[in-house]
Amino acid sequence: MKFRKERLDRGIKARCEDIFALSSYREISYLMFPRVLPVIILLIFPLLKGMIGLYWEKVLMITCIIALLSLSWDLMASVGLISLGQALFFGAGAYITGFLNYTFKLPPMVTIPLGTLGGALFSTLLLLPVLRLRGVYFAIVTLTFPLLLSRFIETTKILGGTEGLSALSPLPNIWVELYVPVIALLICLFGFRRLINEDYGLVFQGIRDNDRAVMSGAINIYWYKTQAVFIAGVAGSFAGAFMTHYYQFVGMPAFAMDYSILPLTAAVLGGVGTFAGPTIGAFILVPLSEILREVGTLRVVFYSAILILCIVGLPEGIFHYIRRKYHQFERMVEVG
Amino acid sequence: MEDRNILVVENLSKNFGGVAAIVKVSLHLKKGELLGIIGPNGSGKTTLVNLLTGFVKPDSGKVVYQGKDITGRSPYKIAEMGIARTFQMVKPFYQLSAFKNLIIPLYSSRVKKLRGGKYGDRDDVAIDLLEDVGFERDSFVPYKVASSLPHGYLKRLELARCLALRPDLLILDELFSGMSMSEVASTLPIIEKLNGEGLSIIMVEHRLKELFRIAHRVIALNFGAKIADGSPREIMESEAVKAAYLGSEEED
Repeated sequence: MKFRKERLDRGIKARCEDIFALSSYREISYLMFPRVLPVIILLIFPLLKGMIGLYWEKVLMITCIIALLSLSWDLMASVGLISLGQALFFGAGAYITGFLNYTFKLPPMVTIPLGTLGGALFSTLLLLPVLRLRGVYFAIVTLTFPLLLSRFIETTKILGGTEGLSALSPLPNIWVELYVPVIALLICLFGFRRLINEDYGLVFQGIRDNDRAVMSGAINIYWYKTQAVFIAGVAGSFAGAFMTHYYQFVGMPAFAMDYSILPLTAAVLGGVGTFAGPTIGAFILVPLSEILREVGTLRVVFYSAILILCIVGLPEGIFHYIRRKYHQFERMVEVG
Repeated sequence: MEDRNILVVENLSKNFGGVAAIVKVSLHLKKGELLGIIGPNGSGKTTLVNLLTGFVKPDSGKVVYQGKDITGRSPYKIAEMGIARTFQMVKPFYQLSAFKNLIIPLYSSRVKKLRGGKYGDRDDVAIDLLEDVGFERDSFVPYKVASSLPHGYLKRLELARCLALRPDLLILDELFSGMSMSEVASTLPIIEKLNGEGLSIIMVEHRLKELFRIAHRVIALNFGAKIADGSPREIMESEAVKAAYLGSEEED
């Protein structure tokens, strides 16, 4: 007797592709559960500081920061701009915040918002001339910008040169340190998901799928690409601005390659174009890298091996896989 | 004379490298006219459409639309002025559902202006437009992802995307290519109806029989130059057109 695995879409999914008709509490909870659960966990985690220990709380914070950068990467990807330089946003936000605090002694309450907006504006202006490039050409240019800026700071010795700016104001207290990144992440995650499904976001998706057709729809694609880069820049620069005050230091590491590559890896691992995917990716990569510290020197080997396994095993991304499984029944049926 | 012409093209030329794609083409289109453009493969039909809609910049010559010189303007500005085009190779937004494909042109400032500063409920407008081009309203078809639709539907989706802009001039670049006989038969009346409502249309087409039935006037291109201009009957009987399609005897 032979058996075959049968997959069936759950009723609520089968009725329509993306329009849900809710008819019972069961269906509402079916839809709410995967959205509410992570929110609750994220909000409770910092409260358990005493139990879990400050070390893992800090890991959560860094994870949120990387997740913000990968959300910013995913938003750019959803207008078809593949970026290899999220460090540009991070560094721009970090340096502007650091400069304002160092020179004018402004408190973090003022410098972080200014750094976020200023960093986004600066990066958008810098990327403005290359928005006409597509695909890999755009990617290569974005890769060079963080490198260029850090060399520029090194040679001209502005903004502290290689030393950086230190002794900046600390964040007011531990709760701000832990909760601000979590809340920023939740706002960006749900905000971006909402945005991309609005009519405004459809224009973004249209540009990704087919920019010439959008042009012939009487829409200026460069203006929309500029807006997308600015929004992505806000998320990325906030990460930089926040970390400046957390480290009480800003220096050339703000333009480090890590901030470009890690968000991209998180997005690819989690599933591009979903926003939830890159967040999940970040929540796997960063803690994993911390856990592997115990392995010592072989850390990088294990880290890479796990990454390769994930990407070979689930090329569509973890989130797409989980979502499909969640929406389907699986059962064995007899064949023949 | 100027007033009655919605589009006037004067001595338009374009070279790609050493290849003369369009050579000194002049043409005019009256308001409400249905102009056909025919020509063998590689005769420059699509290049001409790209020149008119700003996707390719001409080397010389002039395109005047509704009395305004639009030569070399960017594609979105030309579309904003009311010239809508379809693409020969269908260009839908593959990851979006059919009706969401139409939300994008409906989001443009042109549509906002035409609707008195309000965007309104774009979903309803989109479904209506799809029904106009023959999507079954009460089925799942308008809600299906574009990548899962058959080619004939994608062609009509192209048409709907143009109509969403409420154009003054519609340029159809081989709309019928790849459509089945029955799809062509059901699409022809749509175009005739649009034309009957006063819409000026330029149709680039390989299906001569259908084109000659509905066109008011036809232009024939060969090697980028205009070789004939006249009523469908005149074109059908033109020796130059026959030679272009079948190859003249000297060439053998």
